[in-house]
Amino acid sequence: MNSLHLVQHEVPLAWYLLLSAVLFCLGIVGFLIKRNLITMFMSIELMLNAVNLSFVTFAHQWHQVKGQIFVFFVMVVAAAEAAVGLAIIIAVFRARATLAVDRIDLMKL
Amino acid sequence: MNENLHLWLIPLLPFAGFLLNGLLGSRLPKPVVTAIALLAPLGSLVVVLMAFEFSLQPNVLPHVETYGQWITAGTLHIDFSFVLDQLSLVMLLVVTGVGFLIHIYSVGYMHDDEGYWRYFSYMNLFMFFMTVLVLSGNALLLFVGWEGVGLASYLLIGFWFQKTSAADAGKKAFIVNRIGDFGFLIGLFLLLANFGTLTFSEIAAKLAANPTWTGGVLTAIALCLFVGAIGKSAQLPLHVWLPDAMEGPTPVSALIHAATMVTAGVYMVVRMHFVFDRSPFALDVVAIVGAATALFAALMALVQNDIKRVLAYSTISQLGYMFLGCGVAAYSTAIFHLMTHAFFKALFFLAAGSVIHALGGEQDMRKMGGLRKKIPITFWTMTASVLAITGLPLFSGFYSKDAILYEDFLEGGFGKSLWFVGVVTALLTSFYIFRLWYLTFMGKSRNSEAHPHESSWTMLGPLVILALLSLSGGYLGIHRFAAYLRPSDGPLPEGGTTGLEYMLSALAVAVALLGWYIADLLYRRQQELPKQLAATFPTAYKLLSNKFYVDEIYNFLIVKPLLAISKYLLEWVVDVAILGGLAWLLAGIASLGGAILQRWQSGNLRSYAAWLALGAAVLLVFVLAPYVFGAYGIGVFGAAH
Repeated sequence: MNSLHLVQHEVPLAWYLLLSAVLFCLGIVGFLIKRNLITMFMSIELMLNAVNLSFVTFAHQWHQVKGQIFVFFVMVVAAAEAAVGLAIIIAVFRARATLAVDRIDLMKL
Repeated sequence: MNENLHLWLIPLLPFAGFLLNGLLGSRLPKPVVTAIALLAPLGSLVVVLMAFEFSLQPNVLPHVETYGQWITAGTLHIDFSFVLDQLSLVMLLVVTGVGFLIHIYSVGYMHDDEGYWRYFSYMNLFMFFMTVLVLSGNALLLFVGWEGVGLASYLLIGFWFQKTSAADAGKKAFIVNRIGDFGFLIGLFLLLANFGTLTFSEIAAKLAANPTWTGGVLTAIALCLFVGAIGKSAQLPLHVWLPDAMEGPTPVSALIHAATMVTAGVYMVVRMHFVFDRSPFALDVVAIVGAATALFAALMALVQNDIKRVLAYSTISQLGYMFLGCGVAAYSTAIFHLMTHAFFKALFFLAAGSVIHALGGEQDMRKMGGLRKKIPITFWTMTASVLAITGLPLFSGFYSKDAILYEDFLEGGFGKSLWFVGVVTALLTSFYIFRLWYLTFMGKSRNSEAHPHESSWTMLGPLVILALLSLSGGYLGIHRFAAYLRPSDGPLPEGGTTGLEYMLSALAVAVALLGWYIADLLYRRQQELPKQLAATFPTAYKLLSNKFYVDEIYNFLIVKPLLAISKYLLEWVVDVAILGGLAWLLAGIASLGGAILQRWQSGNLRSYAAWLALGAAVLLVFVLAPYVFGAYGIGVFGAAH
């Protein structure tokens, strides 16, 4: 609680973390209940960014630049993942003419 | 003294021959195979002769060559070492000399066989192991040679493995020898435990330093070693493999099952004589086994009709004579008889091979007869061996067999009974050998289809040389021979007079002539008599012609129960029920577990993701719970903060 006391004039730390947790849970729920591959993919992005938010929060709180750098790494990985993931989704769609995950239940395309 | 004789060449030349012919033989032209096969033992013979020349200098024997350490463990050191002394020299001369002659003979005998190269590679392998056995300076290296000759014997008995009987005979020889080798191994372990070394000279030195050590453990060691000798030298009760070993090619019977390998047991006993000397009981056992074997094998030989089987039983019987010599500590007489026997029995087998060859593979003496004029050289050479084995004066068997019988006679009342058995055996020997001679060569031919032809000179040459050796080998004389061997096998027992020696010799000759007379009566003058005799004494005849039912007894007492145990207990109970059941149980558990767990693998992506999220949540709760609840003073998961 000491640290919160020091940054009283700013938005409290807990709020950032709460927002991050809410975003992450939205991502999970979206991932679990949605059947469209692209929506699920977007949910993953949401979870990644929720984590990014908590990284930035802590980096700011503790005056550590490592957290900021981590965020860049996550963003780079997310970008790469988006490229590969979207390519896979397009390939799946071409083969199956559907993006409903419940019907893509075989490893073999 | 330190001159290097390159003794290692003696075994390694035949080994090189074995490798060359064994690996490349099928692709080499026949003359090359022949050249390799003959040059290898010839090279050994030359090295042996050079060593013999070297040994004529005074005080050079025993000559030891060590080529490196084999086993080093604690205080135990076993070297690759070869020893050249009088005993190993005599053996080497016999093994390489007779061996080389038989190799030459084989070139003629095996000429048309498909397995020509295979035959010679096995023969060279045998020469390798036999010379290792004879040369080795410690009991373990001797054991290597011992097992190796057994392997070569197995390969050569089963040489015509397409014939079931030959393959079975090979297996029988190998398995029966295992029983003997078991005893031999126990003997080696006992030696190691009590002497801490297996080097002959060190054991002899330890015994010499402790003259009071007798009996006890030494008896046990001697008896165990003798069990090995019984197996290898086909003595009672392990003699059953040798007659069956006649399934192999005849030169193999001559080399391995008459002249050299089967005498390895005698050689081993003489080599270890310092142990046997300290155990009168073990020596008595050796003598009794030798006497019993000599007699029983001679009895079995009386009624055999297969020419090679007669010779096989004769070999067993003669080996019994050698052990009779060992049993009264007259080791030199045993080695002397070993040498003359190697000459005349190798000659016997080779001549028999020539007869079989002449008749196109016929081995039954009832279908022979009248061959004297048809194959005269074979006839005369075989006659030389007949004269030698029956112990007629001036021929080699006379000198060596009489030396053994004489030494037995000197050995008190027990020795006199051994001598009596020996004399009876001599009578039987003379009878069955002349029976063979009459049936094969005399009378009229009993086989109208045969067109006998004399063998080629590659076969007759060795016959003639061996005939000369059989006739003259005895002139060395036992006293000169024993004096020569004395440094390596000790002195002959003292006592006796020349007059007694001559008297006993005269008696032995009389017995041999009696045997000849009976054979002459039965198989020349009154040829109906043998059948009448067999009809008059049907029980005795059946007993003999079935070889005292030893094979049947072994079959009933050992082979059948072992097979039954293997089948019912080991196969059905242990293998199928216990081991198989255990394997099925384990497999059942695994597949049951798989059947349950496979429900998780639904293939549904969202169910996987849900499990993943649930797992992460559980992990999170598990990690955070102590902190959260700890703040309220509640201990969770063993941690209270």
